[in-house]
Amino acid sequence: MAIWLNKDSKVIVQGMTGATGMKHTKLMLGDGTNVVGGVNPRKAGQTVDFDGTEVPVFGTVKEAIDKTGADVSVIFVPEKFTKDAVVEAIDAEIPLAVVITEGIAVHDTAAFWAYAGKKGNKTRIIGPNCPGIITPGQSNVGIIPGDITKPGRIGLVSKSGTLTYQMMYELRDIGFSTAVGIGGDPIIGTTHIDALAAFQDDPDTDLIVMIGEIGGDAEERAAAFIKENVTKPVVGYVAGFTAPEGKTMGHAGAIVSGSSGTAQAKKEALEAAGVKVGKTPTETAKLARGILGS
Amino acid sequence: MDLFEYQARDLFAKHDVPVLAGEVIDTPEAAREITERLGGKSVVKAQVKVGGRGKAGGVKLAASADEAVARATDILGMDIKGHTVHKVMIAETAPEIVEEYYVSFLLDRANRTFLSIASVEGGMEIEEVAATRPEAVAQTPIDAIDGVTPEKAREIVAAAKFPAEVADKIADVLVTLWDTFIKEDALLVEVNPLAKVASGEVIALDGKVSLDDNAEFRHPEFEELHDKAAANPLEAAAKEKNLNYVKLDGEVGIIGNGAGLVMSTLDVVAYAGEKHGGVKPANFLDIGGGASAQVMANGLEIILGDPDVRSVFVNVFGGITACDEVANGIVQALKLLEDKGEEVTKPLVVRLDGNNAELGRKILSDAAHPLVQRVDTMDGAADKAAELAAAK
Repeated sequence: MAIWLNKDSKVIVQGMTGATGMKHTKLMLGDGTNVVGGVNPRKAGQTVDFDGTEVPVFGTVKEAIDKTGADVSVIFVPEKFTKDAVVEAIDAEIPLAVVITEGIAVHDTAAFWAYAGKKGNKTRIIGPNCPGIITPGQSNVGIIPGDITKPGRIGLVSKSGTLTYQMMYELRDIGFSTAVGIGGDPIIGTTHIDALAAFQDDPDTDLIVMIGEIGGDAEERAAAFIKENVTKPVVGYVAGFTAPEGKTMGHAGAIVSGSSGTAQAKKEALEAAGVKVGKTPTETAKLARGILGS
Repeated sequence: MDLFEYQARDLFAKHDVPVLAGEVIDTPEAAREITERLGGKSVVKAQVKVGGRGKAGGVKLAASADEAVARATDILGMDIKGHTVHKVMIAETAPEIVEEYYVSFLLDRANRTFLSIASVEGGMEIEEVAATRPEAVAQTPIDAIDGVTPEKAREIVAAAKFPAEVADKIADVLVTLWDTFIKEDALLVEVNPLAKVASGEVIALDGKVSLDDNAEFRHPEFEELHDKAAANPLEAAAKEKNLNYVKLDGEVGIIGNGAGLVMSTLDVVAYAGEKHGGVKPANFLDIGGGASAQVMANGLEIILGDPDVRSVFVNVFGGITACDEVANGIVQALKLLEDKGEEVTKPLVVRLDGNNAELGRKILSDAAHPLVQRVDTMDGAADKAAELAAAK
């Protein structure tokens, strides 16, 4: 069953005809993703050939949904235009919008998040600045390499793209139900808590791996949620113990401000909620293996 | 990007937040002419991005132009909590202050929106007020689309219980301060103190502004606001090459792809270092997704140019990034440096996994550079890099 994405998901790509969109649409198709269209008002009516698969281009998200029944949009448009692209996806009431674009101004993210709320939160937003979501063997939406791991029974939620890949690789022999990268920006749509709740309810997930990093208090809030609501085993990892105060470490949201947002505080909160937290990605994978007995 | 007080003052003035006149200078003599223009007296204020400068002697009244020059001479070059004072603001002296308040707008990450914080108890750190007298601090969520209308401003004023005689004036300040927050793409705009003076006016006497670096695409003027004097030379060189680099205080140079993996690499090296004389990571460097050989070479050149670095750990999990590109980058960078006549003596430990890892490993094996060794697990490679740094 997995969460949020499966073999029946019909995916459109906003920004498909740009260089990044072209590259990743090809890769997504290669992983078996059912890409049913692209969106670009200036190229509406054309089709794009991806190794023999003809993908139509529509003028708007609404038109793409009407003509294809799409229920997922993945957004690759440049940061200047991302807010408008997400607002368009929200207006079209697509159930899932995955925002890959990095470097979006936080006022833009705050604005589209507020807009989604005003429109009744009919669209789940993943990202921005995220690698996307993969349900191995079924569908892959975003930029996560599709060949790292196989289908299995671990659910993964992570702020970081490459740590997602690293963890999928460490546990590739066991496999994953769904892995979702929620992004490292100060404001994101889908949170650790949303993913934890979905994995808790997913009969195909036996264990959850949760990866966090410095900045904000999302991990602390996730810990409180786990304590109250999650009965499945959760294994955690937090990056950034050695990050100095006041420096942004790559991700716009990865910053320790004064005494808040430290890795130590996050680790302690997770452990207090019964989550086993690894010191390194490899040790975290071992903890997961220990629990699954494999 | 955190701004200096004078930069915040300028932005406030631009958006009609009431402020006093003030100009920034970096030589003492310049204080004379400004003070004369201000009527023969001024306040000399150290420009440092750290709190507590008043207590440290970084803010002085000057009753004459001569005195302003003398105070500027004292303060320029002063060290305040590790920050050297390179600039002072010569500001108009404040009229008699009757009360000091606090107002700010900031990003509320937890609630994915913006927040107003207001208090009738200004003049000290708001964290201190919040800790000792939480009832004196009013927090009001602000909708990112609706913003701060005059009505919302009055709601904030009521929540913070500002005195009736300043309520309208503070509401006006809140609307202009919000304008600053939105139009400048700020993460924080803070006025502390917002002073009520004897005439009944309210004036922003000091302020903090932090801007969103990601919004630079629509604010070309941000470029001018960067504090180039304070930038570490290696950080400046990395920025020139569009590399995401932060200088740290250890000995193991780090290069990786993806912010999360690089942060994790720093941690893993620090743990490994505990067994090797306490060596630590020397930097954060994320070459990003899809990095080319050239980007890898640029990164390596920065790291090898850091005199603190004793060994280098290249940790790449190829997602979009192809490991053969990374391997080629390493080989090219070493050749480039050697061709320039630079003696490369620092050992490199390289761990490659993911996209085209086998090809990348083969490229390194074939090149057989005496300084490069491959270790194919992250923890093992970190341990080796720490060991080499400790042995140097």
